[in-house]
Amino acid sequence: MKFKSVFDIIGPVMIGPSSSHTAGAARIGRVARDLFGRQPEWAKIHLYGSFAETYKGHSTDVAIVGGLLDYDTDDERIKTSFDEAAEAGMEFEFIPETGHTDHPNTARVVVGDSHSEMSMVGISIGGGKIEITELNGFPLRLSGNHPAILVVHDDRSGCIANVSNCLYKYDINIGHMEVSRRQKGEMALMVIEVDQTVERSIMDELRQLPNITQVTRIAD
Amino acid sequence: MDVLFRNVKELVERAENENKLISEIMIEQEMLITQRSREDIMVQMERNLTVMEEAVEKGLKGVHSVSGLTGGDAVLLQAYIEKGNSLSGTLMLDAVSKAVATNEVNAAMGTICATPTAGSAGVVPGTLFAVKNQLNPTREQMIRYLFTSGAFGFVVANNASISGAAGGCQAEVGSAAAMASAAIVEMAGGTPQQSSEAFAITMKNMLGLVCDPVAGLVEVPCVKRNAMGASNAVVAADMALAGVTSRIPCDEVIGAMFEIGQSMPSALKETAKGGLAATPTGKWLESKIFGGSVVGSGK
Repeated sequence: MKFKSVFDIIGPVMIGPSSSHTAGAARIGRVARDLFGRQPEWAKIHLYGSFAETYKGHSTDVAIVGGLLDYDTDDERIKTSFDEAAEAGMEFEFIPETGHTDHPNTARVVVGDSHSEMSMVGISIGGGKIEITELNGFPLRLSGNHPAILVVHDDRSGCIANVSNCLYKYDINIGHMEVSRRQKGEMALMVIEVDQTVERSIMDELRQLPNITQVTRIAD
Repeated sequence: MDVLFRNVKELVERAENENKLISEIMIEQEMLITQRSREDIMVQMERNLTVMEEAVEKGLKGVHSVSGLTGGDAVLLQAYIEKGNSLSGTLMLDAVSKAVATNEVNAAMGTICATPTAGSAGVVPGTLFAVKNQLNPTREQMIRYLFTSGAFGFVVANNASISGAAGGCQAEVGSAAAMASAAIVEMAGGTPQQSSEAFAITMKNMLGLVCDPVAGLVEVPCVKRNAMGASNAVVAADMALAGVTSRIPCDEVIGAMFEIGQSMPSALKETAKGGLAATPTGKWLESKIFGGSVVGSGK
């Protein structure tokens, strides 16, 4: 079941005009910022399908930029996010693509600064709900039926054990887990599907573990 | 994942077997899935209710979108109701005007609560605040109205779609109207089965509705479709309360909506390439708003 909570249906509280193209877009931008870990200096946003066709009318662009500035779906500053981005020193470009994607509302968000860059693909599945399907070329295979978190870490022994121990401590059951890495000893990631919602405080605790670089929620 | 219901049949059976309201089953399921307390959940839903009230209030004072395509109709409707000569009746037009008010606020990038989406956010609150004047519900009953809507929306979202890009407007305003009619029935004292009949009747009349927004904006025809969704919801609720039933069971209607959405061409699923968006006037409005040359219609 992709929609788990009544508040997926009656909600979110948001700035109009579209839950999938505005609220969902803002959430995609915000997850990208969350994964990048700081305010990016630049962003290139590739839009596909209905996103590409109607992004201006739905304010998808201002919403994604708002998300990159860490605004929630009901933050009034979304409306003026282009000005806020200029003030924050973030450059951005929107590129409507014609290529076919599996989902009609797909965005590839590439962000970076002088230190590093990151690429992420998010889809907006309706009513403001989103899923992250790819990170830096890693496909994130989610069933979509359970809440999921993404943990980016250095490829060192003990990381997986530490994370699963921490979840165990809060009685969070892991239903499915995938681990992958680019090269031995380099960046690695875990996609963990769980049966319970992982609260922010638990995510903060995961972030404190050794060799963990990023923790974010990729499906609610 | 353990849930109390996966389809309308299970929802209605559980409510009737346990002699509970549909809203109660939804609240219990929310507690089960999220492990949150009843109080927490009720407080969050009341916040959503307050956002809806504020949006209606704002819309009834008169708002206009940046494009200028929509705005001000809720005010016209309220003034017309006050004259007392309306043909469809005060409650009906009140629901319509409040649905329009919400979507005018949405189009103007105001704050709304998606129910189930932003483009269809007018129907549930519009009907709620209109029937409120006749049924005089408590605050809790108003919150329950949203849980009942949510219970049916939960089934549609998981078994079909609530996204215009995936299923057309039938998935958005269609779902919203059907959800609202089920909630009206509960608030009016109907049975869970009658709620499901109202849902089925409304949804059947929304099947096939395409998503063809002019210039890709959630304005034309979205705002007026919310008006019609609200009126459809009220009529179907009355039909169900009168004892009229749907020959096709609710879950099969939802299945039909999904199938129709799948076979709908993408030009009619929120791409602004077909339907009203592709009419000469639709194209002209698009070029006026976003600049660029006027291209032929229907391509």
